[in-house]
Amino acid sequence: MAHNQNLRRLKDRSAGHVMGGLTWVAATLVIAIGLALLARAQPLLDLQPLGSLLTSSEWSPLRGQFGFFPFIVGTLAVTLLAMFLAVPPCLLTAIYLAEYAPARLRQSVKPAIDVLAGIPSVVYGVWGTLTVVPVIRDYVTPWVSRTLGFIPLFRADNPTGYGVLAGGVVLAVMVFPIIISVTEEVIRAVPFGMREAALALGATRWQMIKTVVLRRARPGVIAAVVLGFSRAFGETMAVMMVTGNVAQIPRSIFDPAYTLPALIANNYGEMMSIPLYDAALLAAALVLLIVVLIFTIIARIVLAQAIKSAA
Amino acid sequence: MDSAINDPLIQIQGLNVAYGSQLAIRDVSVDIPAQQITAIIGPSGCGKTTLLRSISRLTELVDGVRVWGKILFDGQDVYAPDVDVTEVRKRIGLLAQRPFPLPMSIYDNVAYGPRLYGVRQREALNAIVEKELRAAGLWDEVKDRLHAPATALSIGQQQRLCLARGLAVEPDVLLCDEVTSALDPISAQRIEGRLVELKTNYTIILVTHVLRQARRLADYVIFMYLGELIEHGPAEQIFQHPQHPKTRAYLAGELY
Ligand SMILES: Nc1ncnc2c1ncn2[C@@H]1O[C@H](COP(=O)(O)OP(=O)(O)OP(=O)(O)O)[C@@H](O)[C@H]1O
Ligand SMILES: [Mg+2]
Repeated sequence: MAHNQNLRRLKDRSAGHVMGGLTWVAATLVIAIGLALLARAQPLLDLQPLGSLLTSSEWSPLRGQFGFFPFIVGTLAVTLLAMFLAVPPCLLTAIYLAEYAPARLRQSVKPAIDVLAGIPSVVYGVWGTLTVVPVIRDYVTPWVSRTLGFIPLFRADNPTGYGVLAGGVVLAVMVFPIIISVTEEVIRAVPFGMREAALALGATRWQMIKTVVLRRARPGVIAAVVLGFSRAFGETMAVMMVTGNVAQIPRSIFDPAYTLPALIANNYGEMMSIPLYDAALLAAALVLLIVVLIFTIIARIVLAQAIKSAA
Repeated sequence: MDSAINDPLIQIQGLNVAYGSQLAIRDVSVDIPAQQITAIIGPSGCGKTTLLRSISRLTELVDGVRVWGKILFDGQDVYAPDVDVTEVRKRIGLLAQRPFPLPMSIYDNVAYGPRLYGVRQREALNAIVEKELRAAGLWDEVKDRLHAPATALSIGQQQRLCLARGLAVEPDVLLCDEVTSALDPISAQRIEGRLVELKTNYTIILVTHVLRQARRLADYVIFMYLGELIEHGPAEQIFQHPQHPKTRAYLAGELY
């Protein structure tokens, strides 16, 4: 009997240790990667401080100029456009699924959305190249430049279809699943009693959703959007295949863009004989890692608090 | 046994409620008197909550519920197809077992209903908030922090806030589902006291597990068992001279 108890306690404790240990390994790994990147980027950082790397626009590796600014703007442009396109339909879908859809529909749609999340990003890239780019080239660009071309943001100097818009559309579709499923979950975490309280006062369903559910779920919804943002920010393959990859600051949604992840993926391992090239790419990787990490951590904290306060 | 009520405000006629295939209310017909406290009593799971919520059409929020039969409120069937359900719920308020303050300030909780119905003026809202918080016996405790979040209140205060919030839409009827069961004895007493005062203006229907509470408060009693209405009548009659053996057994504490 006593033996049995000791064994159980031992198992309990060792299970705890194993899981705790693994958690630490994962956390340490991230830090180790960060430090390794920093060490390899150091030669460049010694010559040029990070601040000036981030704000300089000139990218001419052969002349030793490594300005990240065009890539940062490119990444932000594509990501922000993706969020702009993705957030409204995702919120409406999540509200519909959580509040209006019959349980049967919800139960069959949710797995389908999760499948979307599992599609390899190269497949999205192929879809972008075969469908999104031609549609933008043949229909969207001519039409928009005819009607809105006088606005700089919609100037069509690049007729190829490869550019910020294509990247934004592909990325938007890629972040649908995460934004929808997280938002749907936080909306459904709002207690039934609270909805009922509003309805019992005579609120219509939409009034109840607007004034009670969305208000209550707001931190969680924000977290879902930030999670989607950090997912989009770090996305490499699909974006690389459709944005045109020209190292210049995009001025219009049709201009080509070059994102940080694409820069690294396209060039690492090539032209490595150029001095400091390797250090520059790894500095770019470090910037990317830090930004994504910060956004993910913020999103997780907000989300955890949102779920705790909703329960 | 059939003691007809003079002016019933609510007439339940042949009401049935099914959760999926399980029948929770079976052919219940009963009249509920105006401006009195009617207590629904019976063992756990007998359908008290279901019957109560059906009156303001809140049972239908559960997936897969079917309701048939009639509930006449002021002579109008609340289940008739052309009825505006928000209007029904405005006139028949609910106080739930556990308080659920809305995610906003104390003030905004009380003002929630009036705002839904178009009251916008600051002074009008201020007056409503003060009046109903007083009626719920909460004003003195919160008058200095009306704009603090409602969740900062104690459970007992939250329940009184929910009462004020419900009163602010000026319903005719107040449905109360075990409203004191989550509260400490003092808070429970306060709520009970409020209900007794409120019955001069409101018709109150109260579900309770606590027989002593029913004896203290009720003017009229409905006894349910396994989804069926077993017996109903004025409180003295049910408590002093129960007719049905099941009612007698329940009152004697022999039926669960
Ligand atoms: N949401 C629901 N889904 C399925 N069945 C339900 C649901 N709510 C209640 N029921 C069933 O309906 C019957 C009546 O339940 P109800 O909650 O009305 O009883 P009650 O008298 O209020 O019980 P208690 O005193 O425990 O609160 C029970 O058999 C219960 O299992
Ligand atoms: Mg109940």
